[in-house]
Amino acid sequence: MSTMVQVVNLTTMPGPDKETDLTERIEAFLSDLKRGGSGTGPLRGSAETARETTALLRRITAQARWSSAGDLMEIIRKEGRRITAAQPSETTVGNMIRRVLKIVREEYARSRGSSEETDQQESLHKLLTSGGLSEENFRQHFATLKANVIEAINELLTELEGTTDNIAMQALEHIHSNEVIMTIGRSRTVEAFLKDAARKRKFHVIVAECAPFCQGHEMATSLSKAGIETTVIADAAIFAVMSRVNKVIIGTQTVLANGGLRAVNGTHTLALAAKHHSTPLIVCAPMFKLSPQFPNEEDTFHKFVSPHEVLPFTEGEILSKVNVHCPVFDYVPPELITLFISNIGGHAPSYIYRLMSELYHPEDHEL
Amino acid sequence: IKEEKQRLRKEKKQQKKNKEKKDEKASHESEKKKNKEEKPVSAAAPASQPPTQPSTQKAVPAPAPVPVPVSETPALADKPAKTKADLKAERRARQEAERASKQAATSKPKAPPNELQPVVKRLPEHVQVDNPGVLKKLAKKLERQQIPLRLDYGYKVSLFSHLHQYSRKAPLTQQLSIPSTVIHPAIVRLGLQYSQGIVAGSNARSVALLHAFKQVIRDYTTPPNEELSRDLVNKLKPYISFLSQCRPLSASMGNAIKYIKKEISNIPSQCKEEEAKRKLLSCIDCYIDEKIILAAKAIAKSSIEKISNGDVILVYGCSSLVNHILCEAFEKNIKFRVIVVDSRPRLEGREALRRLVQRGISCTYVLISAVSYILPEVSKVFLGAHALLANGYVMSRVGTSQIALVAKAFNVPVLVCCETYKFCERVQTDSFVSNELDDPDDLIVTRKGKTQLEHWQDVPSLGLLNLVYDVTPPDFVDLVITDLGMIPCTSVPVVLRVKNVDQ
Repeated sequence: MSTMVQVVNLTTMPGPDKETDLTERIEAFLSDLKRGGSGTGPLRGSAETARETTALLRRITAQARWSSAGDLMEIIRKEGRRITAAQPSETTVGNMIRRVLKIVREEYARSRGSSEETDQQESLHKLLTSGGLSEENFRQHFATLKANVIEAINELLTELEGTTDNIAMQALEHIHSNEVIMTIGRSRTVEAFLKDAARKRKFHVIVAECAPFCQGHEMATSLSKAGIETTVIADAAIFAVMSRVNKVIIGTQTVLANGGLRAVNGTHTLALAAKHHSTPLIVCAPMFKLSPQFPNEEDTFHKFVSPHEVLPFTEGEILSKVNVHCPVFDYVPPELITLFISNIGGHAPSYIYRLMSELYHPEDHEL
Repeated sequence: IKEEKQRLRKEKKQQKKNKEKKDEKASHESEKKKNKEEKPVSAAAPASQPPTQPSTQKAVPAPAPVPVPVSETPALADKPAKTKADLKAERRARQEAERASKQAATSKPKAPPNELQPVVKRLPEHVQVDNPGVLKKLAKKLERQQIPLRLDYGYKVSLFSHLHQYSRKAPLTQQLSIPSTVIHPAIVRLGLQYSQGIVAGSNARSVALLHAFKQVIRDYTTPPNEELSRDLVNKLKPYISFLSQCRPLSASMGNAIKYIKKEISNIPSQCKEEEAKRKLLSCIDCYIDEKIILAAKAIAKSSIEKISNGDVILVYGCSSLVNHILCEAFEKNIKFRVIVVDSRPRLEGREALRRLVQRGISCTYVLISAVSYILPEVSKVFLGAHALLANGYVMSRVGTSQIALVAKAFNVPVLVCCETYKFCERVQTDSFVSNELDDPDDLIVTRKGKTQLEHWQDVPSLGLLNLVYDVTPPDFVDLVITDLGMIPCTSVPVVLRVKNVDQ
């Protein structure tokens, strides 16, 4: 008897359990992000983070309670703010949230019947004639909206899974034989790019180790196991060997709205050395790394980790009298970059702002 | 050994004369090309005579001059005699004969330093590792001097196959018999200190070298029937070979050795041994005092004018001269703070950091990859130098050129401090042709319990490159502060010329 009552209870109140399940997952994701950022947990690549974020957003769309597009966007924005606050340097999370918001807007617009084009382009004429705030408040309810949004998010997920392969497929167009290519640190995208080219061409790779984390070592062992001639150099030798390098191919953590990069520290030096020797600098970055941030905010741009990496505690006597800095990222201005290779092809840095308007809606730049 | 050496020298002279005669005959059918080769060879051969020659021809600290004429002769003998326009050839042959006879007549043509001579620089052995002929000759020479040959270690990156790469775990002294009969114990100790990195830094190495030579001179006794001026120089040659096997000689060491050899050979033959030794010891002391200690004081005085209150000064690695300048400036109560930039794998900056913090200077410490983060705060960059080359390039610890590059991009002035005894007549445009490769195992690091590169030798396509020096182009450097004053980078050959005229 009691069991039947319980069953009845379950079927009449599906909400709270699903919600707690959802909040649990969000909390788990948040704590994972926080841990991953401090360097103690397993370092996850950006692609993984992007996929998990999108999966989480899909779950939110499916399980949370909302009746109109506006509600959904509010929920996503609220959760998004919490998630980005957990690990501000992990920009792919924010990027995915903005992509999903744009998907919601598009699906809403399609359901309403208006074409996408006129809504997207805020032409001067529209601004003048609309006379004030946008009249969209996304209040209408559409039954099929949920299904459409989830389908679009699934497409996004498929796109995410194929980014590395898409970039790697372009490798043969950019690498000729007997080249000397330089890279810094460890980027999974660049690794796949180079391995793909190595199947058909023979070339030499120089990896700068990128102290203090020395991720370049991992990259070098992985590349040399694939049969590529690799050399590991110390960071200090970047300028010294640059005169023999034909191309510099790097990955990045984020691509900023002005076409600049936020990449691992040491990249700015590498870019300056490449510019001095007129060596092309190619950045392999999938589209989910493009972020609508600008590099103006000095205090939020840099991220620091424990100075123990730079000056260990064994130097006890002088530790207390010395300031030690260990920044993780570097800003690389767009003038030093020659080409961006992404999953949708190659672009010049001056074109990045246009791509941004295709991926994100201007109102979502600030979550 | 002495007789053997004299015999060898006579043989070489004979060979040279034979070669000249042969060439006169061969030049009837030879091309223009041969003539060009002839002149430098005949110019080199007389130049390799006793080192009383003005040392415009000697480039970097050189091994014994004997191998060189030998290396030139086989090259010429192998050249096939081609028949071309006979008339032209005969005219050339006549010119050749005249020139050859003139050269044979004058045994030691002294090259006056003011003339612009086609200077032939002998390529030092340590940048010809890919030439098996040179290696064989070096092995023979070392065998004669009873010094063990140090073997290269590990996979060398193809760009650097012309340089040696040694392992720190296999010092040369392991191959020596103890006690060594040929090499003075002070030199053995010095060699070990060099190869293990215990004595590092160009000033420290030069001073250690000079002190070791002082010890050698004190313990030296002239054998009967020998002149101190010649015999002592010959005694020093195996020591120099040994030291350059332990670690390639630096430019400052090379200049110091040149100076000592000159002083020794200038000792008049009627001088008594005790007096000669005393004179030499005082010469060496004088050299150290003048060129290193007083020079440092002079440079500090000029540099302090460039440091003002509120400055943020960036230094790289551990340069004894720059540390001295900063300490002096701090004594004068100038308020500034220092940023010390360091790099793997040597991490010399920590030593500089310790010295500066001990004095009470407020310091910041970063690694070289963070230099573009920290440069906006910096007002000046002070760099030390290992050598200043004749085309204005600064040879210094690897990473210096990078710092100068980034400083230029941020419009921060770069000042290089260098004593004049480190000025060198070599020219170089990149960091590949002449450099030093350190032990590649130094790059291996253990992080979080995992050593990624531990078995790098097992992977055939993986190489580790540990460069020691790099060259900075003169357009990155704004000022060079020397004991002769503050000069731009491009005035180095002027200073060299002035120094040579003085000598």
